[in-house]
Amino acid sequence: MFGKLSLEAIPYHEPILVIAGLVGILGGAALLGALTYFRKWGWLWNEWFTSVDHKKLGIMYFIVALIMLLRGFADALMMRVQQAIAAGGSAGILPPDHYDQIFTAHGVIMIFFVAMPMVIGLMNLVVPLQIGARDVAFPFLNNLSFWLFAVSALLINVSLFVGEFATTGWLAYAPLSGIEYSPGVGVDYWIWALQISGIGTTLTGINFFVTILKMRTKGMTLFRMPIFTWTSLCANVLIIASFPILTATIAMLTLDRYLGMNFFTNDMGGNVMMYVNLIWAWGHPEVYILILPAFGVFSEVIATFARKRLFGYHTMVWATIAITVLSFIVWLHHFFTMGAGANVNAFFGIMTMIIAIPTGVKVFNWLFTIFRGRLELTSPVLWTLGFIITFTIGGMTGVMLALPAANFVLHNSLFVIAHFHNVIVGGVVFGMMAGLTYWFPKAFGFTLDEKWGKRSFWCWIIGFYVAFMPLYVLSFYGAARRMNSYPNAEWQPWFIVALIGALLIAAGIACTLIQFYVSVRNRDKYADVTGDPWDGRTLEWAASSPPAFYNFARLPVVGDIDSFWSQKQRGNEQLEDAPYTDIHMPRNTVAGPIISVFAMIFGFAMVWHIWWLAGFSAIGMLVSFLMRVSNDDIDYYVPAAEVERIELAHQQRVEAQA
Amino acid sequence: MATESLHHDAHAEEHEHHDAGPTKVFGFWVYLMSDLVIFGTLFATYAVLMKGTAGGPTGADIFELPLILFGTFALLISSFTFGMGVLAMNANRVGQVKMWLGITFVLGLMFLGMEIYEFHHLIHEGFGPDRSAFLSAFFTLVGTHGLHVTFGMIWILVMLVQLSTKGLNDKTRPRILCLSLFWHFLDIVWICVFSFVYLMGVLV
Repeated sequence: MFGKLSLEAIPYHEPILVIAGLVGILGGAALLGALTYFRKWGWLWNEWFTSVDHKKLGIMYFIVALIMLLRGFADALMMRVQQAIAAGGSAGILPPDHYDQIFTAHGVIMIFFVAMPMVIGLMNLVVPLQIGARDVAFPFLNNLSFWLFAVSALLINVSLFVGEFATTGWLAYAPLSGIEYSPGVGVDYWIWALQISGIGTTLTGINFFVTILKMRTKGMTLFRMPIFTWTSLCANVLIIASFPILTATIAMLTLDRYLGMNFFTNDMGGNVMMYVNLIWAWGHPEVYILILPAFGVFSEVIATFARKRLFGYHTMVWATIAITVLSFIVWLHHFFTMGAGANVNAFFGIMTMIIAIPTGVKVFNWLFTIFRGRLELTSPVLWTLGFIITFTIGGMTGVMLALPAANFVLHNSLFVIAHFHNVIVGGVVFGMMAGLTYWFPKAFGFTLDEKWGKRSFWCWIIGFYVAFMPLYVLSFYGAARRMNSYPNAEWQPWFIVALIGALLIAAGIACTLIQFYVSVRNRDKYADVTGDPWDGRTLEWAASSPPAFYNFARLPVVGDIDSFWSQKQRGNEQLEDAPYTDIHMPRNTVAGPIISVFAMIFGFAMVWHIWWLAGFSAIGMLVSFLMRVSNDDIDYYVPAAEVERIELAHQQRVEAQA
Repeated sequence: MATESLHHDAHAEEHEHHDAGPTKVFGFWVYLMSDLVIFGTLFATYAVLMKGTAGGPTGADIFELPLILFGTFALLISSFTFGMGVLAMNANRVGQVKMWLGITFVLGLMFLGMEIYEFHHLIHEGFGPDRSAFLSAFFTLVGTHGLHVTFGMIWILVMLVQLSTKGLNDKTRPRILCLSLFWHFLDIVWICVFSFVYLMGVLV
């Protein structure tokens, strides 16, 4: 009846998990209770959960991502504590099996459930506004993508309290992840959480690719698009081309585990290195899916706050395109030690180093934009400057790793850990923090508190260097990654320093939370009525903050790069007199959440081999999808009079403020 | 061409709107390209694992070309019949569209029947997907194609229902065009399967 699921699956003998479980359950119960008490369910369901508004979906992505950041960071802190204690024979606080689950969960959560939703959330919030569109090409799919991601995040949290998570490392290398060496349900949770969210990501990729290519406003040629839109376009190309590889690879691992097939087994002709090749053929483009939009954020921030057009717009675009192409021919540098031979390794080593060239071009573009600009040191700019320095260092250690000869020594050492945190924290996290601060007023109508934003930045950047520079040092002593304990007590001081760094980063996260609290409390003081708090350059600042659900009452017309900026310079308000017209908008849909809940039940049932439930939920998915496609009432027109009323109210607010 | 024919019927104003026909068809093209990457991955895996027979049968031992050729022709002809269906749609003949879709469905069923028979036969002989890496890769590549055909046939049934209840309109037309793209796409993938898996498998 319940497959492999029994009361044994609840880890009540592990105090940390029990506490985490209780906190999770009590927190969830408190939230549900509060929603019921304040009668917010209807509002939540009608205004948010079923919404197809790209701006609201973007906000929801960010909320889930921030919650998951807390979870992933708790894992990081536990690892740092464990390694600071477990020297020279001490066992530390975490048993090996639990420790293995933690470093696996940390990697999976931070990449799939923090970095990805932040990047996709920003794309949702910003891209349609930047191209002067009223929504994305497929609003229902956009809602579905979000929910597939959200239920996967839920599924991965369920693994904390019901059963276990994978102990394989974040990419679940075969044959360790095969049924022979991982007979438990941990890898199955990994499989289904990633498979469901991965399908959502593929749909997002298709959706935004089509949106950017087909829904730009009049006059916005490709080479007039804002850089963030360009980098999003390239990231979406990468999603479309790489996420199917992940889907197929996980499917093959699933067949190995569930049907006894032999793709990635040691015997019966299987090939374990095929798994490693395939997973990195997706995995390397994936890191560029994360970093390219972050590059886009920095470009927008620098141009806005230096009050200057971005230096070398065209080279920036071409550098982005070059990185997009090159990212597909470097994957083997993740496993030079496979033994592919000197020529193959040399090819991939050289290709990897070549990627540093377009990236370097970008760094110079940002620097020359600052040069002779009037740079305002706001917190988004601080994040950007911190990024330029930190990412450059991370890029250099990356080029060191790209040397096959050096790589044989550094492989699987803490050097790798230090390197990729150097680029992911310094690049993606700083980029998302910059983007969050920069576009927050667009989403909510008030700016974030600068003082706490700057405090967060300083905690993060100092904390980062204190936490990760010791890992570079330790790697030269030969410290391997993923160690639960180590015999050499001389390493311990370095691990303690790293722990202090992690605590500083924790303070940075706390500053951000305080920043939210302070800003919401002072939202009237920080109100942005004009819609253009930074004197921005791109079209999203032409809409009100937050924008009306239809974004633009009259679609803007674009004449050059940074069109909004030049229009402001000319004082040109050409569109003001044109009459309002009816606006065609998509209706909210219940299909996204419903299909996704069935998908989560399906994943859970597959994890625990509850076949009847899996069958039932699969049929549920199909039927709810068919009900969606047979529904013709999916759009409506907003009457011109209604548009006029909303626009007039907005104008009155602006005038009242002035 | 598919996009072109849509332009004639859609209202000019529809072009800037969500889910407007041409955008849908373009989006579906992009989806097909991502699906192609899945097949590419499975083909690459098959190429790598082809020799991993683990003492079990090779392709030459188990492939029965005449049977496969029968299924192949059923699928190729079904692409033609679907094309006739789209032509009928452009001429606004709902009855003919339904007839051609029905014929396509039957041909798809013949293809699937061939595949199910082949799989059943192989598993019965003890050459199931768990026998060797080669057979895992073979069953998964061919089976994934078969699964796509199955979904295509469910889609055909859905369209037959929608054509009966809603007729041809700006919602059903793009769907039939997308389904047509899907069906031809599966045909092309099958030509690759037939050539690389079956023909080359018998040659080696």
